[in-house]
Amino acid sequence: MAVSLIEKYRNGCRPTNPRLPIVHIFCFSQASCSEAKCELQKRNMTENGLGHRVLNMDTMNPNVKRVEYAVRGPIVQRAMQIEKELKEGVKKPFTEVIKANIGDAHAMGQKPITFLRQVVALCAYPDLLEDDKFPEDAKNRARRILQACGGGSIGAYSASPGIEIIRQDVAKYIEKRDGGIPSNPDNIYLSTGASDAIVTMLKLLTSGEGKNRTGVMISIPQYPLYSAALAELAAVQVSYYLDEDKCWSLDVGELRRAVKVAREHCNPRALCIINPGNPTGQVQSRQCIEDVIRFAAEEHLFLMADEVYQDNVYAEGCQFHSFKKVLFEMGPEYSSVVELASFHSTSKCFMGECGFRGGYMEVVNMDPEVKLQLTKLVSVRLCPPIPGQALLDLVVNPPQPDEPSYATFIKERTANLDILAEKAKMTEQVLNTVPGIHCNPVQGAMYTFPRLSLPEKAINAAKEKGQAPDMFYCMKLLEETGICLVPGSGFGQRDGTYHFRMTILPATEKLKVVLKKIREFHKRFTEEFS
Amino acid sequence: KPNMTENGFGHRERVLNVDTINPNVKRVEYAVRGPIVQRAMQIEKELKEGVKKPFTEVIKANIGDAHAMGQKPITFFRQVIALCVYPDLLEDDKFPEDAKNRARRILQACGGGSLGAYSASPGIEVIRQDVAKYIEKRDGGIPSNPDNIYLSTGASDAIVTMLKLLTSGEGKTRTGVMISIPQYPLYSAALAELAAVQVSYYLDEDKCWSLDVNELRRAVKAAREHCNPRALCIINPGNPTGQVQSRQCIEDVIRFAAEEHLFLMADEVYQDNVYTEGCQFHSFKKVLFEMGSEYSSVVELASFHSTSKCYMGECGFRGGYMEVINMDPEVKLQLTKLVSVRLCPSIPGQAMLDLVVNPPQPDEPSYATFIKERTANLHILSEKAKMTEQVLNTVPGIHCNPVQGAMYTFPRLTLPEKAINAAKEKEQAPDMFYCMKLLEETGICLVPGSGFGQRDGTYHFRMTILPGTEKLKIVLEKIGEFHKLFTEEFS
Repeated sequence: MAVSLIEKYRNGCRPTNPRLPIVHIFCFSQASCSEAKCELQKRNMTENGLGHRVLNMDTMNPNVKRVEYAVRGPIVQRAMQIEKELKEGVKKPFTEVIKANIGDAHAMGQKPITFLRQVVALCAYPDLLEDDKFPEDAKNRARRILQACGGGSIGAYSASPGIEIIRQDVAKYIEKRDGGIPSNPDNIYLSTGASDAIVTMLKLLTSGEGKNRTGVMISIPQYPLYSAALAELAAVQVSYYLDEDKCWSLDVGELRRAVKVAREHCNPRALCIINPGNPTGQVQSRQCIEDVIRFAAEEHLFLMADEVYQDNVYAEGCQFHSFKKVLFEMGPEYSSVVELASFHSTSKCFMGECGFRGGYMEVVNMDPEVKLQLTKLVSVRLCPPIPGQALLDLVVNPPQPDEPSYATFIKERTANLDILAEKAKMTEQVLNTVPGIHCNPVQGAMYTFPRLSLPEKAINAAKEKGQAPDMFYCMKLLEETGICLVPGSGFGQRDGTYHFRMTILPATEKLKVVLKKIREFHKRFTEEFS
Repeated sequence: KPNMTENGFGHRERVLNVDTINPNVKRVEYAVRGPIVQRAMQIEKELKEGVKKPFTEVIKANIGDAHAMGQKPITFFRQVIALCVYPDLLEDDKFPEDAKNRARRILQACGGGSLGAYSASPGIEVIRQDVAKYIEKRDGGIPSNPDNIYLSTGASDAIVTMLKLLTSGEGKTRTGVMISIPQYPLYSAALAELAAVQVSYYLDEDKCWSLDVNELRRAVKAAREHCNPRALCIINPGNPTGQVQSRQCIEDVIRFAAEEHLFLMADEVYQDNVYTEGCQFHSFKKVLFEMGSEYSSVVELASFHSTSKCYMGECGFRGGYMEVINMDPEVKLQLTKLVSVRLCPSIPGQAMLDLVVNPPQPDEPSYATFIKERTANLHILSEKAKMTEQVLNTVPGIHCNPVQGAMYTFPRLTLPEKAINAAKEKEQAPDMFYCMKLLEETGICLVPGSGFGQRDGTYHFRMTILPGTEKLKIVLEKIGEFHKLFTEEFS
């Protein structure tokens, strides 16, 4: 039975080395065995030199072995392999691999926002400040950023929480977005993408042993950065299910169930929520956000609000409400006690600047001593990339109506968001015409997470292969159509349900073709395994 | 489980407080941006607000940040980056053709032709290939496989990733990692955060901070009593000490690592910063392979490099890479999986790294300017290294080893007994006490030796040689004067 290398390392099994005495293999697995240590010290080199490596599957960090990240997992590796084969002229039923696995807008053809790139170019090569081709407002932004850089260069390290004027600009952006609720720049930490700040917070929160070990509540389905980080930190993942039958909304009853069960075996300290949601695309109602805040206060949980898709809201009647804003509108009974960290990024929304790794978090009601620890922790990595900080500055401080670049800026921004909204609708519509695929409205974000009805025979075929059924489905789809999606098992889902996550990012015409091919594939698949 | 008080949830402990926070994080220290730097920033603010002080500016000689201290970027690098960021500039006559070609090549390797797309998690493939070619060229043709190259967000990122992979075990089998005293405190910070065991080996101050294998043996033997030493970290050229290890020493370390079954981590971010006659940079990879297959087929090695130092000083771009040698293939899969969670290193940083490893060639238009800028930067650093050593050694009570390489001096201070006692009363390390006073009286910000590690009863500071030459002269003069005053005050 062919077991993938992935499955092998997941199970922690290794081939035995016949060249080494059995005692070495046995002892390597018994980390607490003092004999093993003795043997390690006396280990002789074998004739050809290569004994047991120092760093092998038994000696490496066990937490790292538990980490999974499906967005770039086995199916994506296979997709890349197929791309290479296509380049080498191998014949396939398709001419290109369509990577609808990752929220990368530029990779799928979205163009950068002109103003943002002009300013960053001016910062990178300030000689261009003499160049007439650049508008004056872009030059002013660049000068302002450069003045805040050591030696006037984006090559200098910045303060570890980020360049101060950029943190001030972020605070102003938040105030404006949240109807004037004050934001203190000292509570803003710039980061290398939102992922960096999320991992930093989870790291701070992880403590305790055994039943006192930190538990972190995260939605099912979730963006697998969270499960990966929790595995690496050996914190306890406490799953709460979003309600697929109600557009993936969050039910506080489910939160209560989850935390109650969790308290038996861990110490729940945090609650993570992604809004707008990834992979599900739901935009939580204001009522729901209030309920979550109230729940976090009652259960004494640190709230982590991942809001990187805050501009990506498409459905009528849906609106983005920041957790910060709702928290403060609920009055001091909550706003003076609930500990909150909110995250944003340059990777999504209308700009899609993933490669710049720009992001920030705002911490609210953080213990002052903990904040000192946070500041100390981020100082070890010196600072987030300056080009990313500069780009973030332009995202939170874009051209204003009275500025020369405004017209182009607003046109580009609006076009990007409009196109995403159209593709969100189209995706939902087309997929819902396929018998056996059910797609909730894509209210926001950049993904669809439709539910698949899979025939019993297919489920069994998958099990024989040692594969999750939706992985089996997606692999077959990849091999037959070149379309790369991520199986729902990579994000979490209710037992016995199957999904995939597809981005809505391919250009409209290509997306139409993709949706058509998925429909055709699903029909074939259902027939083949009926 | 706290009860709600009458006014709601007030008067209760925060969820995240000093008792519930990750205890490993509390153990982390990073002196390079520690308390003295925070005080320096505060003083800068006070100066801006018009507070009167015995000086008009704070001189930050605490951190290896060349651009912050006035060094200019390499023109070609910034041209190519600008072209990548805003490809409309490819139509602009002001840019030389070789810069445009580099930019086009990088953009073609980016998703959608944009720096804004994620790359493959180990980095853009064509750049990894360029890094491999750079290594081959540097190491006299010894092959480098791009699949063994992982780009990273500065060298720090890759170093932490390797330490993370290496950390396992409990109690007496907990991973021990050998690191020099003095060391660059990223290592001690990472080990504290990972709750791995720091195994210190002392560099020999009386022999120009060189490494003695006997000291390695002493350290590892003592360590085996209480942990499981799995790795040996070495920084060459050294930070903070500036020594450039001899080839013999590098061979000795490799042999030691093989004998003691240790994973070698070679931090080589200062590889172009070599100043002293008779000193030369030898990469661990090259020496390993020149020692023959008995070693080169077994010793596990990770070598690290960065865009932050050398002649380019592009700290803010956070560019870097590591090359792994003889890594277990299954561990390598794990490494690839681990870096995928953070998606990819910053693309501008990857692009910058590409230019560092693939600079203008002699037959290209930009070569003349490039080589002039590169040579000037390294030359100026070399002069400042010499000047620093000379001047500091004229001060009674300061002894400065030759600054053979890197960007720092780590002179030893003779402190009067009274000063040491005054420091202890303030619960400060004596060299922190000294450096704080220096800061308050002169505006010069250095980092006390206690932040890097030093032999008990010895005191040092680390100063960068990065301020502009004229400013550095003044800094050195002021330090000399301060030391005299300090010694008199506490005599």
